[in-house]
Amino acid sequence: MLLLLLQLFWTFFLIGLFGFGGGYAMLSMIQGEVVGHYHWMTMGQFTDIVAISQSTPGPIGINSATYVGYTALVNAGYEPYWGILGSFLATFAVVLPSFILMLLISKFLLKYRNHPSVENVFSGLRPAVVGLLLAAALLLMNSENFSTMSENPWRFCISIFLFAFAFIGQKVYRLGPILIILLCGFVGIILGL
Amino acid sequence: MHFELFKTFFQIGLFTIGGGYAMIPLIERKVVDEKGWVNENDLLDLIAIAQSCPGIFAVNISIFIGHKRKGNWGALVSAIGTCLPSFLCILAIALIFQQFRENVWVEHFFNGIRPAVVAFIAIPVFRMAKSARISRYNVWIPIVSAFLIWMLGVSPIFVILAAGVSGYVYGKYLKEDFI
Repeated sequence: MLLLLLQLFWTFFLIGLFGFGGGYAMLSMIQGEVVGHYHWMTMGQFTDIVAISQSTPGPIGINSATYVGYTALVNAGYEPYWGILGSFLATFAVVLPSFILMLLISKFLLKYRNHPSVENVFSGLRPAVVGLLLAAALLLMNSENFSTMSENPWRFCISIFLFAFAFIGQKVYRLGPILIILLCGFVGIILGL
Repeated sequence: MHFELFKTFFQIGLFTIGGGYAMIPLIERKVVDEKGWVNENDLLDLIAIAQSCPGIFAVNISIFIGHKRKGNWGALVSAIGTCLPSFLCILAIALIFQQFRENVWVEHFFNGIRPAVVAFIAIPVFRMAKSARISRYNVWIPIVSAFLIWMLGVSPIFVILAAGVSGYVYGKYLKEDFI
């Protein structure tokens, strides 16, 4: 268990340190490490965490760190109070690099902001962050979240429809995420997905 | 004063749903209009810096403002204030959700939500592509990055590191005239 706690701390420290580009880009890192690398949870559980992070107050990075910290310990078969320790550790670890970096920046680095080297680094980072987001979306389009045509055609078709509804509702009609989540959830209950 | 910082950022953390960027209007109202801790231009600069730094956007901003007001301790209480509401809220949900996950209605509910969540993650791709100024000359970078992560299972952390290093090397040694 000590190993798991250390891995949790180290993973979220790295995510905090390299998490450029905001909450969603961070989600793709969390997904890569937590689901892909360590298998602390399934892709479906990860999607549930994103849904819960989306519809609760606070930054998505904090929400998901807290939730993953808890779930990783509980999934590994430990008691809930160890889960609380895990969630504290993950949240602390994800904020720690910000804290150190921000203090350094507000002390020394502010004047180097427009330095060509710094701009060069960011000219590489910005397009890559877009790729990170794209990868996160593609990885989540799997059978666990959508089912498949052969396995459950009913759920698959409804899922495609709900995806399109959420996409258009948010992007074109600017509906709030909570409203969309609630509507899709009720459709899920009524149609027995 | 320390408590005032804590309280303000606790409220900001508590009353915004939908992540960091949704917090900007509330931060603006609280910190600029009500408290007068920073002026509008400073806040815009802080937002630009916090955006280009790694880490959680809202936490970065709170650390900056806390540090500006009250040094290291100010930064600490502001960061805790921003994180605490989410932490407590998610912990409560995690404790409860664990027991209800096997419930069939909860399962239907979440099966309905999952496609919507995937859409929420797909939408910022387009918005970010615009603000990162993706053109036909650099569109290969996001595509290759996504392919490496999606098909080959490369860790996003390596992709970010490689992108930063190649941006630096390209700008310093390969690009003829630096714009």
